[in-house]
Amino acid sequence: MSAPYGQLPRWVEFGLLPLVNVVVAFLVSGLVVLFIGVSPLEAVGYLISGALGSGEGLGFTLFYATSFMFTGLAVAVAFHAGLFNIGGEGQVYVGGLGAALAALALDRYAPWFVTVPAACIGAFAFGAAWAFIPAWLQAKRGSHIVITTIMFNFIAAALMVYLLVNVMKQPGTMSPQTRLFDTGAAIPRLGWLMQLFGMKLGTAPLNLMFLVALVAALLVWVLIWRTRFGYEIRTMGTSRTAATYAGIPYVRTVVITMLISGGLAGLMAVNVVLGDHGKLQIEFPSGAGFVGIAVALMGRSHPAGIVIAAILFGILYQGGAELAFWVPNISREMIILIQGLVVLFAGALENMFRPALVRLFARRPQAAHKAA
Amino acid sequence: METTVTDLVLILASTVRLSVPLIFTALAGLYAERSGVFDIGLEGKMLFSAFAAASMAAVVAQSPTFGPYAAWLGLAAAIATSILLSLLHGYASITQRGNQIISGVAINFIASGLTIQLGNAWFGQGGRTPQLPNSARFTELTLPFADALRPVPIIGPIYANLISGHNILVYIAFLAVPFTWWVLYRTRFGLRLRAVGENPGAVDTAGISVTWLRYRALICGGILGGFAGTYLSIAQSASFIREMSAGKGFIALAALVFAKWRPVPVLFTCLLFGFLDAVAIRLQGTSIPGIGEVPVQFIQALPYVLTVILLAGFIGHATPPKAGGVPYVKER
Repeated sequence: MSAPYGQLPRWVEFGLLPLVNVVVAFLVSGLVVLFIGVSPLEAVGYLISGALGSGEGLGFTLFYATSFMFTGLAVAVAFHAGLFNIGGEGQVYVGGLGAALAALALDRYAPWFVTVPAACIGAFAFGAAWAFIPAWLQAKRGSHIVITTIMFNFIAAALMVYLLVNVMKQPGTMSPQTRLFDTGAAIPRLGWLMQLFGMKLGTAPLNLMFLVALVAALLVWVLIWRTRFGYEIRTMGTSRTAATYAGIPYVRTVVITMLISGGLAGLMAVNVVLGDHGKLQIEFPSGAGFVGIAVALMGRSHPAGIVIAAILFGILYQGGAELAFWVPNISREMIILIQGLVVLFAGALENMFRPALVRLFARRPQAAHKAA
Repeated sequence: METTVTDLVLILASTVRLSVPLIFTALAGLYAERSGVFDIGLEGKMLFSAFAAASMAAVVAQSPTFGPYAAWLGLAAAIATSILLSLLHGYASITQRGNQIISGVAINFIASGLTIQLGNAWFGQGGRTPQLPNSARFTELTLPFADALRPVPIIGPIYANLISGHNILVYIAFLAVPFTWWVLYRTRFGLRLRAVGENPGAVDTAGISVTWLRYRALICGGILGGFAGTYLSIAQSASFIREMSAGKGFIALAALVFAKWRPVPVLFTCLLFGFLDAVAIRLQGTSIPGIGEVPVQFIQALPYVLTVILLAGFIGHATPPKAGGVPYVKER
């Protein structure tokens, strides 16, 4: 796509352009805030102090960020193969089933360092399994993966409601949720990490999965840019015909990529189900699967970018809750609007400012070339 | 016998009511997708226009001059909103050649967030709009002789409860189907619209603007999306409720795929999905002799499952418009 527009220096291409896009998204959000009669600066003040002003706020911010890292990585891995996995929400939901089954089976007999890895494996496997059918249908039968993953979100929701209402509900209770997990399924919280910085975690559910998410980001980077399979993924994402010509098997690549993508989404469930709720309950993903789309786009599908974008969205979610609490005219759903604007400007309109930037910067690399 | 007929008629009447938003929305998607622009943002358009219709109707309901036309002004606001969202989608995916799916996802988020936000700021009811009086809504029409015919066995209940007794948008929805068929297959615009979805290069070679054609297709979709939203908020109910589209836009998308992007099958698929919805509501908590209690979730998931099975090519084959999802780049 960049060819007709001219070459940009790398720092503009991967730094300035995405930054401009995101800043515009926030400026438009600011206009909406202004429009409903609240000072945007005041709003930002509440947002920042709510998200970062206390150890507890920061703990919630990073807890949300953990979830978004997983779902963002899930979307990004699929993006690299040219696949759009909109099904993160469903994969998280079903992943929660895998995590909960492991926790329910082990929590009374095993310590956390047995239960939690088992839950991770369960969540990854179930999330991957939920992505498998759309992947297989895309690879083998040519069904558009966007449509099938959307359908699978709704099928997952129906399935999980059925299971929680009719099968997994604790007998004698009304609410559709499993029993509370025992101490054997409690993930250690990261109070010590916050103490290093002289802050108290309080009730924030920031837990070990935060570090797991960072490791997952690193592993995704290794997978995409340092392995043979990652090269095959990127080749297929750039040009399917070229990949086929190079002997890269289409079906295998699509299916494995989607298994990894679905598995990463599934892992997010461990953070919420074991790390926070301590039980499996209805609608626990609450849109985090979709936030992954915004995070992946904003982070340009690069793990480093995704970690930053996930933390930013963590700030928005935690700070937004505080903001909605203090300013009655602003509701929590403001975040969904900002999310939409980020997807719009960093995703669909990503090249809107490119011509302007090309006019500003396009000569530079040639000059540098001559100098070298 | 009498009760079975009445029962059946009630389920079918509810089927009709539930399928109307699907018909409007699926037809909206049909215009866009046949012109080669994927439209995942149908859900958002439906939601935002539902909000626009209810807000407009609520604001003008008490006004002496505009009050009597509140419902129609609501419809106009809804159509305008939906067209604006369509143009946004067009700007991103046609003019800027962005990813059509990402643009649609963005529109869904924006609609979901902005409706609650604006509703909260304007009406202060947590995202709801004020309850509308019947004068500001599209209310049920009684067709001539409906009451006179009601006692007649079989024909009576069918005419009085199934054919009569809906609001005007229901009849518009059912007329929109043959109208869309006529536009698509019997007009020059329709021929070009179908062509631009299959082979934009050929259309361009014929000297017709691909961009303008696709924009017009999206505007058509926008108009229909406005009807869908209006139906939800000021015909089927009397106010806007947060997230009131509740995935109907995606069911409509599924119906569009299931109908293989053709107008008449769209009607029947929407009726089928509406029927499943009506049955699911009806069967809640009841048990069928011989089968036992059918889980409602199973019936609710059925439209999606059927669509996936169809997409997989196990019952017929659904081939989307060839140029769908690909931004058109003029040869240089």
